[in-house]
Amino acid sequence: MNDMTPVRNHRSTGSDDGPLNISRRGFLGGAAALILSVTVPVGRARAQAAATVAPGTRVNAFLEIRSDSTVLFRSAFIEGGQGIFTAMAQIVGEELDVDPVNFTVEGAPPGPDYLLTGGGRFTGGSMSVRMSYETMRKLGASARQMLLQAAAARLGLSISELSTEPGRVVHAASGRAIPYGELADAAAALSVPTDVVLRGRADFRWIGKPVARLDARDKSTGRAHYAIDLKVDGMLHAAVQHSPRLGGEPGALTNEAEVQAMPGMHSIHRLPGAVAVLADSWWRARRAVEALQVTWTEPAAATPRAMPADFSSETHKAMLKSTPGDGVAYEQEGDAAGTLAGAARIVEATYDAPYLVHGQLEPPSAIARWNADGTLELWIPNQAPEMFQAEAAMVAGIEPGKVIIHSPMLGGFFGRHFLYQTANPFPQAILLAKAAGRPVKLIWSREEEFLRDTLRPMGVARFRAGLDGDGLPVALDAVAVGEGPTGRWFGRQPDKVDSSAVEGIAGKLYAIANRRVGQIHVDDPAIIGFWRSVGHSMNDFFYETFFDEMADAGQQDPYELRLRLLADSPRHSNLLQAVADLAGGWKRGPYAAEDGSRRARGVAMASPFGSEVATIAEVSLRDGEVVVHQVWVAIDPGSIVNPAIIEAQVNSAVALGLSSALLEEVVYVDGMPQARNFDGYPILPPDHMPRVHVRIVESGEPMGGIGEPGLPGVPPAVVNAASVLTGQRIRSLPLSKLDLKGMEG
Amino acid sequence: MELTINGSTFQVDVEPDTPLLWVVRDTLGMTGTKYGCGVAQCGACTVLIDGQATRSCVTTVDSVVGTAITTIEAIEQDTEGRKVVEAWVANQVPQCGYCQSGQVMAATALLKQTPQPSEDDIAGAMVNLCRCGTYNAISAAVRQAAQA
Repeated sequence: MNDMTPVRNHRSTGSDDGPLNISRRGFLGGAAALILSVTVPVGRARAQAAATVAPGTRVNAFLEIRSDSTVLFRSAFIEGGQGIFTAMAQIVGEELDVDPVNFTVEGAPPGPDYLLTGGGRFTGGSMSVRMSYETMRKLGASARQMLLQAAAARLGLSISELSTEPGRVVHAASGRAIPYGELADAAAALSVPTDVVLRGRADFRWIGKPVARLDARDKSTGRAHYAIDLKVDGMLHAAVQHSPRLGGEPGALTNEAEVQAMPGMHSIHRLPGAVAVLADSWWRARRAVEALQVTWTEPAAATPRAMPADFSSETHKAMLKSTPGDGVAYEQEGDAAGTLAGAARIVEATYDAPYLVHGQLEPPSAIARWNADGTLELWIPNQAPEMFQAEAAMVAGIEPGKVIIHSPMLGGFFGRHFLYQTANPFPQAILLAKAAGRPVKLIWSREEEFLRDTLRPMGVARFRAGLDGDGLPVALDAVAVGEGPTGRWFGRQPDKVDSSAVEGIAGKLYAIANRRVGQIHVDDPAIIGFWRSVGHSMNDFFYETFFDEMADAGQQDPYELRLRLLADSPRHSNLLQAVADLAGGWKRGPYAAEDGSRRARGVAMASPFGSEVATIAEVSLRDGEVVVHQVWVAIDPGSIVNPAIIEAQVNSAVALGLSSALLEEVVYVDGMPQARNFDGYPILPPDHMPRVHVRIVESGEPMGGIGEPGLPGVPPAVVNAASVLTGQRIRSLPLSKLDLKGMEG
Repeated sequence: MELTINGSTFQVDVEPDTPLLWVVRDTLGMTGTKYGCGVAQCGACTVLIDGQATRSCVTTVDSVVGTAITTIEAIEQDTEGRKVVEAWVANQVPQCGYCQSGQVMAATALLKQTPQPSEDDIAGAMVNLCRCGTYNAISAAVRQAAQA
């Protein structure tokens, strides 16, 4: 999300359990000595937690220095491929003076210490590093100071005589050195200093460097554990079959006795909107639940979010496109309507983009265990532990403090792991574990995931531009039609525009004197969610592709026109020139490539999540399809932590953006998705991956995000290039719907 | 049924048409092999059957009795597998990592059959899906492993 207000407002209510989660500690095992945290008694920690905790300041909540001087770090942010665990090790290690390679990082339990995203806790919105950077540096520096104090006391010296080298305190005068591991216990008893000095940027050893990911080897050898890989003693395996349309409830089960007799069966259960089978293996549970013949009832009247039986994505799109009006204004400058009325030339177009699924490769799962002490323990993929804890407590009917949340590494992020009530298996796992009196591990099959995943909303945007006599745009009126996920999940005020519905149409930096961006809210019948880069994922496609329409209508080169309209914005004009430079100079084409293909290039810009991005794509047409050969991305996130991870994230964002541009579309007919697996919903395969060239520009502006910003420029750059070759504007995605045969030229 | 996995013998008592994937993961507790789609679309479940990359989610367990099954858990005991893992780490291939067991298995099978693969060989063998889009890093790592 770009607008972080909702996250800030959504401060968790259920996290007075303190940072020391005793049951969790049992897992750590091993290393005997330590530790900057164990010496704080639990009672005291809880008392402190109940008082006001300044998040990110209590060293003991985050760091354990083990006897071998390696560090266990509890991250407020969850790792899902974006490299945040490595970034945390770099940032904290830089100030603590521990090589990041000696860090083990894991997701922190719920607790007030970890509310680092504006008073809440949420891994997403490309916020993690930029929201916590200073705080985590101070945390590392504070811990280093405590270790120095402990060493000074032990050696009978003053701190000023001591310094540190990675992993140890040294006394240069005598040549003595004490490993951190030997100082950790004494350091833990000290109070956290409040006035630490941070390292100068010029002295950085790890921040800003391409430090290797901490998880690369485990992930290359099958040793990384995701939620779906975990097990607890005595657990049953669960599989579910959902109502084909949300809101339906299970009626008669016509073959219940037969299914109960299948091998390995434990029990059959009715759940809200689903049936479940518990068995001694997941495969047996799945087979049985899919064999169940269920009569689904129609939703009762006024069932919230019931999927209409006649819902079709095609009809919904037509309705969005034909919804008239200017909507509620979000951004206004000058007099767009008046200027349009007097413009020498008007350019008009309507764009649309389809529903998308997240398609993360790890299917959803949840393990639920009711403990003898009345606590409920959950192992669940999630990007907001406190929010999940509060929801789980409501489902379970217990206090949030009695819900213990484990947040494993995620097998794909992309916005899938938000607290979407109907799209998460954990409420079902809680109910099943309660009913069975045993721990339950529930996995949703890929087919159930396609049925219940939240969707990137469908969107439509109408544009009208006015050109002057020289063909330059002097007015732009844009109306986005649809619904944004931020409003859906954090509450929408009827008279205000949800920023996630317009971001990428609004917030553009081109000097067009008269502008109006409005939004018409139309309820989306689907369960919509956040999808990597959120509104930008389609809105920048709409805007930046329409930009080329304006340029063509005014007989302007689209690159030169962008440069001209950014003349007063050096950060952006520099970035645009940087991407052109990276691509060997701007050329639109068509031109003949060495392999004889006829190619063209398209350009696009985006300003997502506090970063700035300029993108160029090179495409050709082959057998009626768009082929993308190369993508060049210049990204300016202000300042950086790890250039190698940034390059990887840009590659990843290019792949997902391209996948959405070329291939992806969720189609609903009769209230049901037509694709239930990747055979009916293709995602980008390896042979469609272009070469990706990345240039990182550090302008020194405030730090922006990295996980999402590389995506929004890709669809418009590709489509702008494709339009050069086809000679026709393309205003609808994905491109695979188009028949471009005969246009290869 | 008796299965030979990573050089060890296991007795398993499951329905003969149970996919090998679930025997490996649930019955035998080796979770490095991943479930992604269940219909041989994504390749996250790739294992080696007598050295051939095979999608275990659609391979029934009775069909692999008497074969040598290799999973990611034993990859570093394999000459080519070790090279592949080192190349994967050197190229910093994984992001979320969920598909990478399958990718490493597919690369290992390729190098066993074609020690010096051409670009077409790589494209033909490395067809598993990666939602993080690590494809360029994967190709680079396969090329490096072939030269190791």
